[in-house]
Amino acid sequence: MAHEAEHHHKETFITKYIFSQDHKMIAKQYLITGLIMGFIGIAMSLLFRMQLAWPGEASPVFKALLGKWAPDGVMDADIYLALVTIHGTIMVFFVLTAGLSGTFSNLLIPLQIGARDMASGFLNMLSYWLFFLSCAIMLGSLFAEAGPAAAGWTVYPPLSALPQAQPGSGLGMTMWLVSMAIFIASSLLGSLNYIVTVLNLRTKGMTMTRLPLTIWAFFVTAIIGVVSFPVLLSAALLLLMDRSFGTSFFLSDIFIQGEVLHYQGGSPVLYEHLFWFLGHPEVYIVLLPALGITSEVMSTNARKPIFGYRAMIASILGIAFLSTIVWGHHMFVSGMNPFLGSVFTFTTLLIAIPSAVKAFNYITTLWKGNLQLNPGMLFSIGLVSTFITGGLTGIILGDSTLDINVHDTYFVVAHFHLVMGISALYGLFAGVYHWFPKMFHGRMMNKNLGYIHFWVTAVASYGVFFPMHFVGMAGVPRRYYENTAFPMFDELTDVQVLMTVFALIAAAAQLVFVYNFIYSIFYGKKGSQNPWKSNTLEWTTPLEHIHGNWPGAIPEVHRWSYDYSKTYDDGSYIIEGQDFVPQHIPLQPNEEELNH
Amino acid sequence: MTTPLILAVLVLVAIAVWQLAKIFELSQLTTGKKSDATIADDEDNKYNGYLLFAFLVFIYGITIFSFSKYGKMVLPMPASEHGVDYDRLMWISFAIIFVVQTITQFLLHYFGYKYRGAKGKKALFYADNDKLELIWTIIPVITLASLILYGLYSWTNIMDINEEGDPLVVELYAQQFNWTARYGGEDNVLGDASARLIDIDKANILGIDESDPNAVDDIIVKELHLPVGRKVNFYMRSQDVLHSAYMPHFRAQMNCVPGMVTQFSFTPTVTTEEMRLQPEIIDKVKRTNKIRAERAAAGEENSDPWEFDYVLLCNKICGKSHYNMQMKIIVESEEDFQKWLDSQKTFGETVIAVP
Repeated sequence: MAHEAEHHHKETFITKYIFSQDHKMIAKQYLITGLIMGFIGIAMSLLFRMQLAWPGEASPVFKALLGKWAPDGVMDADIYLALVTIHGTIMVFFVLTAGLSGTFSNLLIPLQIGARDMASGFLNMLSYWLFFLSCAIMLGSLFAEAGPAAAGWTVYPPLSALPQAQPGSGLGMTMWLVSMAIFIASSLLGSLNYIVTVLNLRTKGMTMTRLPLTIWAFFVTAIIGVVSFPVLLSAALLLLMDRSFGTSFFLSDIFIQGEVLHYQGGSPVLYEHLFWFLGHPEVYIVLLPALGITSEVMSTNARKPIFGYRAMIASILGIAFLSTIVWGHHMFVSGMNPFLGSVFTFTTLLIAIPSAVKAFNYITTLWKGNLQLNPGMLFSIGLVSTFITGGLTGIILGDSTLDINVHDTYFVVAHFHLVMGISALYGLFAGVYHWFPKMFHGRMMNKNLGYIHFWVTAVASYGVFFPMHFVGMAGVPRRYYENTAFPMFDELTDVQVLMTVFALIAAAAQLVFVYNFIYSIFYGKKGSQNPWKSNTLEWTTPLEHIHGNWPGAIPEVHRWSYDYSKTYDDGSYIIEGQDFVPQHIPLQPNEEELNH
Repeated sequence: MTTPLILAVLVLVAIAVWQLAKIFELSQLTTGKKSDATIADDEDNKYNGYLLFAFLVFIYGITIFSFSKYGKMVLPMPASEHGVDYDRLMWISFAIIFVVQTITQFLLHYFGYKYRGAKGKKALFYADNDKLELIWTIIPVITLASLILYGLYSWTNIMDINEEGDPLVVELYAQQFNWTARYGGEDNVLGDASARLIDIDKANILGIDESDPNAVDDIIVKELHLPVGRKVNFYMRSQDVLHSAYMPHFRAQMNCVPGMVTQFSFTPTVTTEEMRLQPEIIDKVKRTNKIRAERAAAGEENSDPWEFDYVLLCNKICGKSHYNMQMKIIVESEEDFQKWLDSQKTFGETVIAVP
């Protein structure tokens, strides 16, 4: 190995905190960047939720934050679309992909498989800084003269291709595409690193079937990313060419603002295929790490093995495979051949099966447990709850027939916010509460603030997204600046107000988290080396971070990571007085390896 | 006016949360426990266990509340032939979702409450059960398989767009930010068209090929009239960006894509007049007009009384006025429809001849 335990670098501030190649520092950089992006994304959602609840009303908040985009304090329709677009982009890519996967893959892969660091520290550093650059460009696009991209987070052409179609399709859109291209490069570097690390750097005894489910989730997520992100890159590049070099990949027969454009022979439907070839797997890129975190946090806190370990791996693999052949369910009414719609209905409803298996396994993990209801555990349980509520409506949206009338309505918005937005955020929070001591040298977050954070968030997010299904079933299309043009939507005004109030409350609850997070970094109480009495290897490393993670030799692994409450036939624990057996403890006399 | 109110509420909520946290911490101190506020103890497990149970009640509560309060606001009965089938499949799916949701949320939160941790409690080492895994793989397989079969059967029927039964041919034409409809006229055949042929000076706004003999009798209108009981084949076009022709009352939607012609077909079964007499519509109009009367009293906009009409909405983000891109749809008897159609000018009459 290149790294020796005694090997010490001379570290300057810059190599330690900025251009660090240490996976633990990079994880923290991802987390903090992701959280900052998250708060910008959530703040944007509050702005457009206020517009939806009180359409056309002047507000000093708009005036202060939107400036020229809110003449006399009234939000402009163009900036409404821009806010929706950037909110979606930031939350999906910058928070729930980079912020979630980037943080925990980086932190946990080396620590849980028993490696000194990632396979390539340099690529890892590069991956973070490309991510940082793409964040900077995306935020910079907010200050483009004609406004940021405003064609929806899917940026379908021709709307996104033609500056004549909307002001946001000028410089703002170019910056959006450049930012995404850099983001994809960053994501690919990260993913390749994760895959190589998991395959090559596992410690002695850490077979694939002894890996914690977190690592399985990160590993498979990285594979999905490598398979599908390049396709989005091609879509972004082709769109850039259509915009800047006059090619016609996605455009044809367009008459706009009094003139016929030269584009001929392209098709927006092609763009939709390319976009959703990533776009749908992206849902699982966001969700699988959250589920992996849940598996680990839930098992540890239930003091029980995760139920159906092998079934969990099988369903992760099943979801990963199916996720690449379901993208067409976003395009049932796009004008593509209806037969294709039938195929995608079939594959889409199939993907519900491994998802159901996972949900049932989580529930069974709780059964007859000794549940330690720490904030991380509550967020894990909350994740399963929203995953079920949001996932079930997927049965309706994945069915091409039923999709006809709810496609692109608020029903879809409610569905995906619950199943991937809120669920993945809960996974992020569960991970932060659980691994905070690992990230910040043994300091722990305050549990009481954590409880307040969880309960207010849990109630408020159902309050926002449950009634939203009904708005969708009333036929309200998404991305409407206001619903006043249709008297048939008048009676939904009250629902809109209710949802906005809940959204404001949910956002306020996040301030509790921010306070707890920042306060605990500096003043959090120091806990023990293994505060949650967990089995995985990261808790065998010292509280203070060192290069190479373990001061001595890397521990050897002798068992899977889920030997919680394991007993001999006479009912006594394997290790007396302790209801868990960490992975590095050899099999005890007369102990059978129960690696299910 | 509402903004300061909201801000005040937010500040109050933040303060309340803050105080709660303080009280929490203080109560931990005064009870003399040596808890360091980082790891859940028996007390935390107890309270959070109760809260999990309460949360289950909350989920059931918000479900019942939403159904009773907002259930009546969802789209009224379908006004097309396939819509009946659509609604049936929708409600079957909902019934399944409702059952699964009720049971799984119960198990999840009830287990969270029942098995809340306590000192000295022993968890059961229960890692695997192939039989259980099989059961909860097979049950979704069967349920989903039947839904897939039903869904695909309906889908194939709906999307099978053919010329059987003398369908009325209508083109829906989208542009930022309005709709236009075109009928085939006497011959019920649409003349060829392309965005490249648009000539505003000649009032040829849809780019119809003037040399096509089928085009002369085409009728271009800004209000969509449909005869009840007759199949309508729609052909959608767009001249600039993506739009989506969404006719929710008919359970119909199809994107309009520049460069290609997309299709949809349905048979309207309920005239506008009949729909207005439906009890659920009468109620909805009453509720809506009450709101509008309040607005009128307050001197606000959008306050004129409303009469129910079918409507075509744009349902694909298309730019600034996406939220107000609509066209009225009127379903009427065959005779009324013919009378209306005869009173419209044809393309041949409206297009300005080359000077």
